[in-house]
Amino acid sequence: MSENAKSPPLPTGTFMERAVTWSKKNLFDGWFNTILTLGSIAFILWLVPPLVEWGIVNATLAPSIESCKEATGACWGFVNANLRLILFGTYPFDEQWRPLLAMIILMGIICGSLGGVKYAGVRKWIIPMWVIGVPIICILMWGGIFGLTYVQNSYWGGLPLTLILSSIGVIFAFPFGLLLALGRQSNMPAIKTVSVVYIEVIRGVPLITVLFMASVMFPLFLPDGVTIDKLLRAQIGIILFTAAYLAEVFRGGLQAVPRGQFEAGDSLALSYWQSMRLIVLPQALRLVIPPTVNSFISMFKDTTLVVIIGLFDFLGTVKLALRSDPAWTKYYVEGYAFAAAIFFLICFSMAKYSAYLEKELRKGEQR
Amino acid sequence: MKIQTILAAGAMTVAAVAAQNAQAGAVLDGIKAKGFVQCGVNTGLPGFSAANAEGQWEGIDVDVCRATAAALLGDANSVQYTPLTAAQRFTALQSGEIDILSRNTTATTTRDAKLGLTFVGINYYDGQGFLIPKALGVSSATELDGATVCVEPGTTTELNLADYFRAKGMSFEPVVIENINEATAAFFSGRCDVYTTDASGLASIRTQMAENPDDYAILPEIISKEPLGPVVAQGDEQWSDVVRWAFTAMIEAEEYGVTMENVDDMKANSTNPGIQRLLGVTPGMGEALGLDEAWAYNIIKQVGNYGESYEKNVTAKLGLERGLNALWTDGGLQYAWPVR
Repeated sequence: MSENAKSPPLPTGTFMERAVTWSKKNLFDGWFNTILTLGSIAFILWLVPPLVEWGIVNATLAPSIESCKEATGACWGFVNANLRLILFGTYPFDEQWRPLLAMIILMGIICGSLGGVKYAGVRKWIIPMWVIGVPIICILMWGGIFGLTYVQNSYWGGLPLTLILSSIGVIFAFPFGLLLALGRQSNMPAIKTVSVVYIEVIRGVPLITVLFMASVMFPLFLPDGVTIDKLLRAQIGIILFTAAYLAEVFRGGLQAVPRGQFEAGDSLALSYWQSMRLIVLPQALRLVIPPTVNSFISMFKDTTLVVIIGLFDFLGTVKLALRSDPAWTKYYVEGYAFAAAIFFLICFSMAKYSAYLEKELRKGEQR
Repeated sequence: MKIQTILAAGAMTVAAVAAQNAQAGAVLDGIKAKGFVQCGVNTGLPGFSAANAEGQWEGIDVDVCRATAAALLGDANSVQYTPLTAAQRFTALQSGEIDILSRNTTATTTRDAKLGLTFVGINYYDGQGFLIPKALGVSSATELDGATVCVEPGTTTELNLADYFRAKGMSFEPVVIENINEATAAFFSGRCDVYTTDASGLASIRTQMAENPDDYAILPEIISKEPLGPVVAQGDEQWSDVVRWAFTAMIEAEEYGVTMENVDDMKANSTNPGIQRLLGVTPGMGEALGLDEAWAYNIIKQVGNYGESYEKNVTAKLGLERGLNALWTDGGLQYAWPVR
């Protein structure tokens, strides 16, 4: 570590003296930095107090329109009164423990899988967890057996829907993207052409177009009486779209692996798949963790676009709640702030995990 | 516009194919077999179709579906809802994803004739109007020359607005904002002089979004006709009859003064032959439609008559009076074809 090489002199003097020294060095170092510091302080003073006043001091949490009308600050009562609608959408009210439980199981599996990178004991459970967990989640969400009432997936909504769309999206887009990346690097012209055309076409259109095609145009081309589920169509659209982006991310990783590593695999008489699995991909994937997570984060946020095809993801249910009663409609700032907070929490966790993962996987290089 | 053209073309092709393939009674038989009506609704329009705090769909559009289910299956709750956007709605109907579209849809010639749809009734007569701040000092839309107008894009609203100003030889400056929250915020912050959308929407914006509703007024001019009603796909006339008469029965019940409350009493004691026919005391109507004789009784008992549905949803949620939607006997346009 560079800090150890040139360790700074130990701080001396009273607390005040040290504070003055520190701020001189870090905040008022030259006229430019002084201006920046003062500007930032002014900005914070201008922004934070009114925000605190609005969001906390003058805000109300009481779930009634009357108390919101009286309050001069934020009306968190909107979120409070409609919390279950925001979290679970139009899922039948009495059955909402099912999406809640499904969501907890899904989060558990995801956390377990993520932890598996560090703990070998957990790692061997990753696949069984998914194999057992996913059917349980499906049963909970759909029902229809074990005395659970059947719930059409046009009733699914809110946070469970967002999590399902994005985690299923990740699970399928990842291998598909990997295959596309390998296909694009392939020596076989047919596979290469198909991969290149696919990637470029999908990358050339916005997700909203893919979803729109899947939900509005696609059903018109099916034979009469055949309908494919709306949610499934959206999910496939998201997978296909994300895979194309991931493929390019993975291609970057593959190209960064030195040629000699491929040749090493060949010289050991490993088959194509063996050398990919044992030598190339572990190195390539490790290199592209930041852009991969970047893709996942953007996909997670892109799931909000399903609102244009009438599915209520988490942001959609906030809008649904805003329209549940016209009296709530004017408190949309509070609703969107709540949604933003939840989205930030999830995306920030993903970013943090990716930083941790990078550090964890680089340990081999640091020795 | 392009997307709409392509969609319309695709929709027409399918409609043509669907019309050939459809067998009489196919939709109706399907509903009986699965035990519920699949109903396409708006993704959220208070008073018409919106989810309440418990996530249940409510509104006058929703009540049409509930009435149909009550008539056909005997239970108003045998409905499954598919929330649809404006772009999706006709595809969903043509592809058979939904049985009935009850989503504040304006009946027009093209939709009725070219898209292979059947409008079975009008459950809400709406029209486009203007909302202004009283401070503007305008009392008629004819005085709006040169005004800045807030409008949502891609709707007939925008086209009607342009048509109206052109016809009157006036100029205006549109402020086109996609999101209704932002659009209304722009209006109330004074970004534009006028806000235009359907009159039902204006009323709810005025009462619910304005700091002080008395500072704002809706101009008397209504510049377009928007007859909104439930739609089914062409090809199953028996099904469209069921929907048409289920909705008609709600209005007929209001005309006779039969309500959710007094329907049992009416059924037992009324000597009015019209009510006896409606409630199945004198049998025949149910048989004619291929329904149980208690079809209309079930509707009124479980959903209520048209006036009750309007009161509960539109008046309570949006603060709108009956206006054009009053019964014809009260000077409105709602006029039931006789159930006989």
